[in-house]
Amino acid sequence: MRAFLSVLAALAVMGLAFWAYRENYATQAALDEVERLEREIGNAREALSVLRAEWAYLNRPDRLGDLAELNFDRLGLLPLRPEQFGSVDQVAFPPEPGLLPMSAEPVDVIGTEEPQE
Amino acid sequence: MIRTPLRPLARILEARAKGENPDAIERENIRLRHEESHDRARTRAESRLFILALFFFCAFGTVGIRMGVLAATEPAEPRSAASGVQILANRADIADRNGRLLATNLVTYSLYAQPRQMIDPEASARALVEIFPDLDVERLSRQFTGERTFVWIKRRISPEQMQAVHDIGDPGLLFGPREMRLYPNGALAAHVLGGAGFGREGVHSAEVVGRAGAEKTFDAWLRDPANEGRPLQLSLDLTVQAAVEQVLEGGMMLMNAKGATAVLMDAQSGEVISLASLPDFDPNDRPVPPTSGDPSDSPLFNRAVQGVYELGSTFKIFAVGQALELGLVTPETMIDTRSPMTYGRHRISDFRNYGPQLSVTDVIVKSSNVGIARIAMQIGGERQRAFLDGLGLLAPTALELAEAPGITPLFPQRTWPEISTMTISYGHGISASPLHLAAAYATMVNGGTRVNPTLLRNSNPARGARVISEETSATIRAMMRGVVEHGTATLAEVPGYAVGGKTGTADKPRRDGRGYEEDKVITTFAGFFPAGAPRYVLVVTLDEPVETSGPEPRRTAGWTAVPVAAEIIRRAAPLLGVRPEIEVGEANGVTLARN
Repeated sequence: MRAFLSVLAALAVMGLAFWAYRENYATQAALDEVERLEREIGNAREALSVLRAEWAYLNRPDRLGDLAELNFDRLGLLPLRPEQFGSVDQVAFPPEPGLLPMSAEPVDVIGTEEPQE
Repeated sequence: MIRTPLRPLARILEARAKGENPDAIERENIRLRHEESHDRARTRAESRLFILALFFFCAFGTVGIRMGVLAATEPAEPRSAASGVQILANRADIADRNGRLLATNLVTYSLYAQPRQMIDPEASARALVEIFPDLDVERLSRQFTGERTFVWIKRRISPEQMQAVHDIGDPGLLFGPREMRLYPNGALAAHVLGGAGFGREGVHSAEVVGRAGAEKTFDAWLRDPANEGRPLQLSLDLTVQAAVEQVLEGGMMLMNAKGATAVLMDAQSGEVISLASLPDFDPNDRPVPPTSGDPSDSPLFNRAVQGVYELGSTFKIFAVGQALELGLVTPETMIDTRSPMTYGRHRISDFRNYGPQLSVTDVIVKSSNVGIARIAMQIGGERQRAFLDGLGLLAPTALELAEAPGITPLFPQRTWPEISTMTISYGHGISASPLHLAAAYATMVNGGTRVNPTLLRNSNPARGARVISEETSATIRAMMRGVVEHGTATLAEVPGYAVGGKTGTADKPRRDGRGYEEDKVITTFAGFFPAGAPRYVLVVTLDEPVETSGPEPRRTAGWTAVPVAAEIIRRAAPLLGVRPEIEVGEANGVTLARN
């Protein structure tokens, strides 16, 4: 009985040692992975901060104002004025569907002359 | 084991035969037996002691070796410490009230040289000057060929410049990472942000230190890693600040002014929404403070906070407010306004003669110095001083800018003579910054509770101490609305926003301290909107403006500061989301209904 217990204990020690060894190496690998990810996060954060700075730089009010002025004929943007506020009463109802057939290309029904070339 | 008997028969018999005492043999044997067991016990104890000593030796040996190892190894962060803190940027960002960036960090590189490792110092110096034209080729090549082992070339370089330096291909030209403070909006809100520079510097990193403004005040907060990268949120609104600066710059040019400043403040909480001072500067490239000349002419000078001016008639509101609060007058009380009024050898006169008497309301609307001086005489110096102190006009403001705590208003320090009581009632003999004025106006119009200006966003502000009653505040608002409707500030009328306010035109004191300049004035408009329930207070001050569209130059606030303020309100109020009360057009047949 005693000999059997000794053998069992020795086997248990060997098993545990093997398990501890494996765990140790798994932890090291996980830590390496964490380190790599953190470096990656750091790089991503740095890139993000550069992008945010660039976004803020490209959206600075000076530049947006100049762009709105340059593209005035296409966008027609003007500074917001008090007159542009309205109330819900002023919004017209949409025309009832079916009453007026909406046509993509209006047809001139009055003009009879040929259009001048 | 063979035990020796205590009385061996052979020896006993032998001893008896010889006539000796056989007991001696027994005693001898007992002694021997004792000695034997004694020896056994000693060896056992010795071996136990030896094992114990071995154990202690091993234990102390382990501790000693461990200590030696710890002392000899380089310190390192524990690898398994879970956090992302150490990968954050060093200095926190600064954002406006809506989270838009005002200041952030950018990683750039610094350029230095180790002349010992350089291959062709002369050629490298020439190539460097081609990339950086501001460097001096003679000086560089002298540094590269001299005794020095280390030379700083540039503190901050752009990626393009870095590539160009790489292309020179000299192994002695090296780069060190540098975190640099970037203000993406350029000169916008320059005086609030201040600027930052490098503190202690090494090859691999440098400390970024706030030089002025909010960067300096909040320096410790911005560096604190405990904030986990949260940005510092200011009360400024980026779009409103941009609109205010744009309008103010245009106004300053139109009115030929030397400088201009505007403060837009939340009337309830004291949050500064916009603070502009012109001329301004680019905090990315903060100029060096001037060593000679008048510091107030430098673009670094923050007129809104550091500029202490006599603000003229805008102060009349305080005297009237106090007289109403004390019950000395009502808005209809008639005040003697015969001009000029003489007191000792001083004469107080009005811009023009307003007749023998005016009601208190008209004293404000027409801005009569004589009338207000008479009201102030009723109040008396002591009470006036206490009231102005209660409004915060006699102490530095609590605004979180590095410059603010040092700016104390100028007023008669020791005595408060009667003539001062009179002149202070119309804003002469006391100098305060536009920011002081804005905070005091906010207190007067918001229902009468003290407002402390702040730069930090504060969503649920605490009410300050009561200075005047709700009713007095409402009366004051009605009076100032009258100033805009039919008084000195009619140009401030903005359709949709009931603007109220008061103008002030003050002669500039001469530099040598002897009296006042002839044609140089400081004009101020202090106003609020909407008049019914004020949400914002605006103070606009122009330095030496002159309006030349008419036949003769006009310098009063009504012609200079007021139109600029009106345009600021027209631009800023819609951005702030203040709904104008405009008569709406024909309703489109909507019947309001609910079920």
